Amino acid sequence: MTGAPLLSVEDLEKWFPVRTAGLFARQARLRALDGVSLTVGRGEVVGVVGESGSGKTTLGRAVLRLLAPNAGRILFGGVDITNLSRRAMRPIRPRMQLVFQDPFASLNPRMTVRNIVGAPLVVHRRGDAAERAAAITEALELVGLPRGAAERYPHEFSGGQRQRIGIARALILRPDFLVADEPVSALDVSIQAQVVNLLLELQAHLGLAILFIAHDLAVVGHISDRIAVMYLGRIVEVGPTREVLARPQHPYTEALFAAAPVPDPRRRGQRALLAGDIPSPIDPPSGCAFRTRCRYAQPACAAGRPALREISPGHVTACIRDDLLLGPSPRGAPS
Amino acid sequence: MPGSEPPLLAVEALSVRFRAESGMLTAVDQLSFEVRRGETLAIVGESGSGKSVTSLALMRLLPPAPGCEVSGRVLFRPSGGGPPADLLALAPEGMRRVRGDRIAMVFQEPMTSLNPVHPIGEQIAEALVHHRGASRGAALEAAVRLLERVGIPEPRQRLASYPHQLSGGMRQRVMIAIALSCDPDVLIADEPTTALDVTIQAQILELLADLQRQSGMAVIFITHNLGVVAEIADRVLVLYAGRAMEQAQVLDLFDRPLNPYTTGLLASVPLLDPFAPVRQGLRAIPGNVPDPQRLPPGCAFHPRCTHAVAGRCDSAVPPAEPAGAGRLVRCLRWREIVEGALA
Repeated sequence: MTGAPLLSVEDLEKWFPVRTAGLFARQARLRALDGVSLTVGRGEVVGVVGESGSGKTTLGRAVLRLLAPNAGRILFGGVDITNLSRRAMRPIRPRMQLVFQDPFASLNPRMTVRNIVGAPLVVHRRGDAAERAAAITEALELVGLPRGAAERYPHEFSGGQRQRIGIARALILRPDFLVADEPVSALDVSIQAQVVNLLLELQAHLGLAILFIAHDLAVVGHISDRIAVMYLGRIVEVGPTREVLARPQHPYTEALFAAAPVPDPRRRGQRALLAGDIPSPIDPPSGCAFRTRCRYAQPACAAGRPALREISPGHVTACIRDDLLLGPSPRGAPS
Repeated sequence: MPGSEPPLLAVEALSVRFRAESGMLTAVDQLSFEVRRGETLAIVGESGSGKSVTSLALMRLLPPAPGCEVSGRVLFRPSGGGPPADLLALAPEGMRRVRGDRIAMVFQEPMTSLNPVHPIGEQIAEALVHHRGASRGAALEAAVRLLERVGIPEPRQRLASYPHQLSGGMRQRVMIAIALSCDPDVLIADEPTTALDVTIQAQILELLADLQRQSGMAVIFITHNLGVVAEIADRVLVLYAGRAMEQAQVLDLFDRPLNPYTTGLLASVPLLDPFAPVRQGLRAIPGNVPDPQRLPPGCAFHPRCTHAVAGRCDSAVPPAEPAGAGRLVRCLRWREIVEGALA
């Protein structure tokens, strides 16, 4: 990557007001994003992984300005979009698009594929009727849908084909940035691979930058240039994909790898299990948020919130212990 | 490993057909399999493969005729002895004594399977009161022990908790506690970890394996995830469009899949490989999972199969052929394909 990143997020915070339960109910803050900084370069694929409740979906929504952040900055193409009005966001919106997880819920069942895929052209008043028709045909071709798909309705398509429709809609305005939020996790295994391959082809063909949010580490490992690992609204590790997979630097990353099931019955059960659940983002642990589940935790981990420290160029971790030798995705290495 | 003792559950030529707009559609077609004490059979399939319908058919939880027709036999030999009974032929009252007692089930979504308006203690005690005639107090005491067994901290305090007060992983532990309350011979687990995070999934898989080691129950584990299969199964049954494509010991299946569908499914699983090149594509199976209302003729997989031969694979449904010890494969060309791969 050269020059300034396409997307740059600095100390982003997003909290939701909640009332705690019980006798001493009080107003509290659910910290979905607790000081997140991340960049995505032009044409770069950055994978975001973490358990549910880690804030990865909130991050995707916030960088698209679908949620208003409470603090921090979002720079897109060098422009600070953190506090832009709806009107001022309008010319920027076509450049950033979203692919949703559930291809059954994200397509209007009463609209034809032509109208679904063409909707962004109408919203952004692009082209005349003929130009729109041509753009729709091109977008459907791009994602590998058959001719004739345009006049049909979503229910006539399988899950994988519906996800292609969602991708065509996201690409019709020719964005340079895509947020893909769990785009394959609702699909069958044999179809997941098709959609991952399609995203890779489109990414290379169109030079897209993608923020790829997923809980499946293996999928993220296949598609991403860099991986960011989130825990309780914070980024605990970021680095080039191969480095993060081969030399994870944060105990949480190591634990996530260890938990991922490996399709090899000979390596059954060789895992260090992570105990318990992710703590509540309303009352996160002091210091390092992961320390309550971390097998390497020391008293010092409770003291202060660990800053990201650089291990090698571009590879950072939020673990204060520099004496650990963590497993290189222990059960994932080739046998 | 299970020896020569007869299977706890023997399913013979199970078929399930539903009435649909376009006529009857076959969701499960002549399915046969067995499970023995202490054994875990994984049933693997994609959407529409009939894997969940199979589990519901075993539990007699499908809607009655004429909307749904079930045929075949499900022979169940309770571990305490006694003659085998065909579950499909049992009177409703007899089936109620088996369901939730000798054969228990855990579903995918613990939030929708638990009753939101009752504390979990009551829900665990219910099965014991119903099946064992236990008093409420004794059943609640048993519930404490069950919660402890499934690894829920402070079990006594938790009795009064409602499902919404628990995390997804804890709810699934409660579901497992309910399923285990009567010490079943067979546990049917239908995608029990699919809605959970990988970290919690790993905990639940380990819990199920521990519980099975303690009790010797047989487990039928239904999943779409081959990683999970590799983790827990002794034997595997691969379903596609309602038919068994392959049945094998877990090591045989992963080492040497014989059906092209199994091979394709294994190849499409993304691997966590730190040494693979970045942005490497996956090996996908082309095409789509077939619509059960419009199954392709012949082998249902042939339109997606790179080995399919016109005039053969699309003409008749291939038979399930024995292919070594405890192994079945349904593919007309499996011998040629295996020999071709060796040559």
